[in-house]
Amino acid sequence: MALSKHKEASFFRDSFFNHLPRLKRFSTAEASVRTGAPGSPRERCLTMATVNPHVKAVEYAVRGPIVTRAGDLERALRQGQNQSFTEVIKANIGDAHAMGQQPITFLRQVVALCCFPELLESPSFPDDAKQRAQRILQDCGGQSLGSYSASQGVECIRRDIADYITHRDQGVPSDWNNIYLTTGASDGIMSILKLIVSGQGSSRTGVMIPIPQYPLYSAAISELEAVHINYYLDEDHCWALDIEELQRAYLTAKQQCQPRVLCIINPGNPTGQVQSKKCIEEVLHFAFEENLFVMADEVYQDNVYALDCRFHSFKKVLYEMGPEYFNNVELASFHSTSKGYTGECGFRGGYMEVLNMDPQVEAQLVKLLSVRLCPPVPGQAAMDVIVNPPKVHEPSYAQFTKEKNSVLDVLAHKAMLTERILNSVPGIKCNPVQGAMYAFPQIFIPPRAIQEAQSRSLAPDMLYCLKLLEETGICVVPGSGFGQREGTFHFRMTILPSPEKLEVLLGQLKEFHLRFLEEYSQQEPQIPRTAHDQHRETSEQPA
Amino acid sequence: MSATRMQWLSPRNLRLLNPGRNESLRRGGSGCRSLTLPLSPGRALSGPSATRRGLPKEKMTENRAPPRAKVLTIDTMNPTVRKVEYAVRGPIVQRALELERELSEGMKKPFVEVIKANIGDAHAMGQQPITFFRQVLALCSYPELLNDSTFPEDAKSRARRILQSCGGNSMGSYSASQGIDAVRQDVARYIERRDGGVPCDPDNVYLTTGASDGIVTMLKLLVCGEGATRTGVMISIPQYPLYSAALAELAAVQVNYYLNEEKCWSMDLGELQRSLEEARRHCNPRALCVINPGNPTGQVQSRQCIEDVIRFAAKERLFLMADEVYQDNVYADGCQFHSFKKVLFDMGPEYSDAVELASFHSTSKCYMGECGFRGGYMEIINMDEEVKAQLTKLVSVRLCPPVPGQALMDLVVNPPQPGEPSHDKFIKERTATLSALAEKAELTEQVLNTVPGISCNPVQGAMYSFPRITIPEKAVKEATDKGQQPDMFYCMKLLEETGICLVPGSGFGQREGTHHFRMTILPPKDKLTILLNKVKEFHQRFTQQYS
Repeated sequence: MALSKHKEASFFRDSFFNHLPRLKRFSTAEASVRTGAPGSPRERCLTMATVNPHVKAVEYAVRGPIVTRAGDLERALRQGQNQSFTEVIKANIGDAHAMGQQPITFLRQVVALCCFPELLESPSFPDDAKQRAQRILQDCGGQSLGSYSASQGVECIRRDIADYITHRDQGVPSDWNNIYLTTGASDGIMSILKLIVSGQGSSRTGVMIPIPQYPLYSAAISELEAVHINYYLDEDHCWALDIEELQRAYLTAKQQCQPRVLCIINPGNPTGQVQSKKCIEEVLHFAFEENLFVMADEVYQDNVYALDCRFHSFKKVLYEMGPEYFNNVELASFHSTSKGYTGECGFRGGYMEVLNMDPQVEAQLVKLLSVRLCPPVPGQAAMDVIVNPPKVHEPSYAQFTKEKNSVLDVLAHKAMLTERILNSVPGIKCNPVQGAMYAFPQIFIPPRAIQEAQSRSLAPDMLYCLKLLEETGICVVPGSGFGQREGTFHFRMTILPSPEKLEVLLGQLKEFHLRFLEEYSQQEPQIPRTAHDQHRETSEQPA
Repeated sequence: MSATRMQWLSPRNLRLLNPGRNESLRRGGSGCRSLTLPLSPGRALSGPSATRRGLPKEKMTENRAPPRAKVLTIDTMNPTVRKVEYAVRGPIVQRALELERELSEGMKKPFVEVIKANIGDAHAMGQQPITFFRQVLALCSYPELLNDSTFPEDAKSRARRILQSCGGNSMGSYSASQGIDAVRQDVARYIERRDGGVPCDPDNVYLTTGASDGIVTMLKLLVCGEGATRTGVMISIPQYPLYSAALAELAAVQVNYYLNEEKCWSMDLGELQRSLEEARRHCNPRALCVINPGNPTGQVQSRQCIEDVIRFAAKERLFLMADEVYQDNVYADGCQFHSFKKVLFDMGPEYSDAVELASFHSTSKCYMGECGFRGGYMEIINMDEEVKAQLTKLVSVRLCPPVPGQALMDLVVNPPQPGEPSHDKFIKERTATLSALAEKAELTEQVLNTVPGISCNPVQGAMYSFPRITIPEKAVKEATDKGQQPDMFYCMKLLEETGICLVPGSGFGQREGTHHFRMTILPPKDKLTILLNKVKEFHQRFTQQYS
């Protein structure tokens, strides 16, 4: 047993070093000078020295080096190489179907009917699915999903979305002219940021983002050469957004740039908190006072699990704050087909609603979108089903409701399970997963492990996650990819694996964590305990 | 919710009630800032009188808190976005949509229908999808259909193969950012077949969201430097305006080289050299974009010409971008599509090991015309390994190209084979579409060339004709007085009088003093004939009116 453990360890080290060069490729920011590599007769036109520096600055941990390594391990497993695990479990990305979640039948029926309209004659499809498909096709050029749509999206789908929002927000009016279909929410977020970035030096646009954040934001800000303004969520209060912290971040940043945008993710990614109505009011008031464009990332609006939490849309809260706010605050809110109970990531469907945008800028937005022609039409069709699901009297209603509730109930169960098991591990502390699809626990990493990581130019939580992957096949994303208070360490894991698998995963994680603490302990007898206490202290220190 | 609250007008409604606002904004300057302000509640309820009411209010605010300006205005938005232009969906198309709406509301027009010949949107013009493709897509979308006996076996086996390479056997999973492995392998094999065995490594293939996405991504990688070292990108004139739009957005330097209209829009080496040398005085030209078959110009490049271009790129160390989305759209006798990659490899290792090349393909054109699925791929050759890692990272931020589009791309590169149940039908449908296109290409050239004052090069390939039109001096003057490009003036008038929507040549670029328009050859033949005759009549009328 001891021998095999030793073997494992040496295997880990070997494979670890093996892929270090690959890691380096992602982490080196400085340009390398090529002096004519062998076999290459001349210097290339496009090298690390001449590639767009803003692209170089982009980082996206959710699909970063750790995921590349997971892919390598998966391939090795398939080719029959022996590992200490039989399967790589990718808990790195909110990819529900890949984790076994079943698509909503009605949605897929409508998409299939749109793809192959001959099926409209088939008796095996319900009438409500056929009606939805016919309605979408009628608004497509030549009644085909293969036509370009208008750049803002298919008109009847935009109207359906506006109706959906009005309904969701209990009557707050939504104008379909303010709705833009997008290629997933990411595309919409990117387009709005692109519109707004301007100025040079101290007038350069600053964008306020939560820390921890979903790294699309930091990646987009880097690519657009805007200024990152970090505001920290309060881990001790369940990742709540604190107005004083917003104020602090804003005032500090104002000396170096022009803060113009405030991004909020609610329910939170990676942090899983659901904002209270009062908190949203405060945020909107702040944005109003400081004249900030608000971007509300609400893609997890259907993913609320905690019994004492509810989703409040920024738009509805804005409306309730009165006309001075509702007619002034510039707000873009984002939704997607990828999350919720549908989990249709591959279709790249999404929309944004844009309020109070200057009409001239709006024309610029339409122009910008038109260059990319249109969002994928099958994704638009999927979005339509989400905003216009079967109604009570329609034939698919019962099955649709059953499927939807079953997905959401299972997610709620897994959210609770994850929090509970993680909190049973000494040295791991996890806030309640109130919503979204992730847990973002804080982990204690012993000083010796931190030293080792530093000597390898790795973030300590990257070392932790890589080791976890090598030893257990579990792929999670280090907290450093999302941002965290200095000196604290986290990882993000999805709650998407099936309950059985999730339980196994959490069990393995627990064992790994204890092993990790032991391995890097400095011969103290009661490591886990000490670690736990230390961890408590660490987390209570303001950073 | 109180009744009064429900009465608030949305900003949009307010704008509709207050059409004068845009006008006053345009006159702009600093005054525009205060005018963009605020739809305070009183104003919101008052509607049309808002502007009047707004003025005293602003005076009041001058002495107090500063007036409430929008965060995002035309003056404070990203200036590079403002510079972007995209004529294919520009003002003329907006007007066409308005006209359509007016027609549907029963307004009287000198025409009964708006014909949109502005964009290569085949299905919208009535082209039918390939049955096999749509069957497989339906199967992938709703796998229960795999038990349906009315679907052919080859469609089912394709669907199974695609699904097996999707996470959780679902098109709803994210794929790898580069695209589904199996699809990339199929693309690689397709390229090898197409290029007579020149090897293709699936690692060099990236699935994209339409070809546009790939092109913008590659340009994004290439842009760096400031001032005289800023990246310059050589593009053909006339060009497809995606290129100029992307370059404007990326603040790269657009370097124009002119195609030779007298020689059927061919590429001329002397012109390339001239353009490059002039550009080198103020920027760092690093990439050369070629569209073959040409958009909007419809020429198909000869093998010799491609060789010359490659030699030029090698000599001048330019990154080559070959837009080959019309590779199946070659109609003229004696013309053949040659891929840049094949020619590059035929030129021997001196070139094939050195020249950096990205080539682009799409599901939107050829015989498929599946624009709405936003499928496409690019193949990248001789890219620096570290840069390739940067590319992979960059595409990963957007997660993945739409999976249904990837599935469709797979079918395009791996269609039914002889002996498979769907083969005959597939060939029949494909041939019908392509031969109809060939016929329409010829028809278009022929009819346009019968009009005095219009001269049209042969439409050897792609989906457009780009005829040169003579615009009388009086018309040029009237257009100039109106602050319009003469060909925009022409196309606008054509639209208003006939309902035909074309794109003015100025949206693609043209030699100074010449005027053109781009029209697609996509309408069904009978409609196309009517359209061409209407253009003919209009042109004669126009010429007479302004002579």
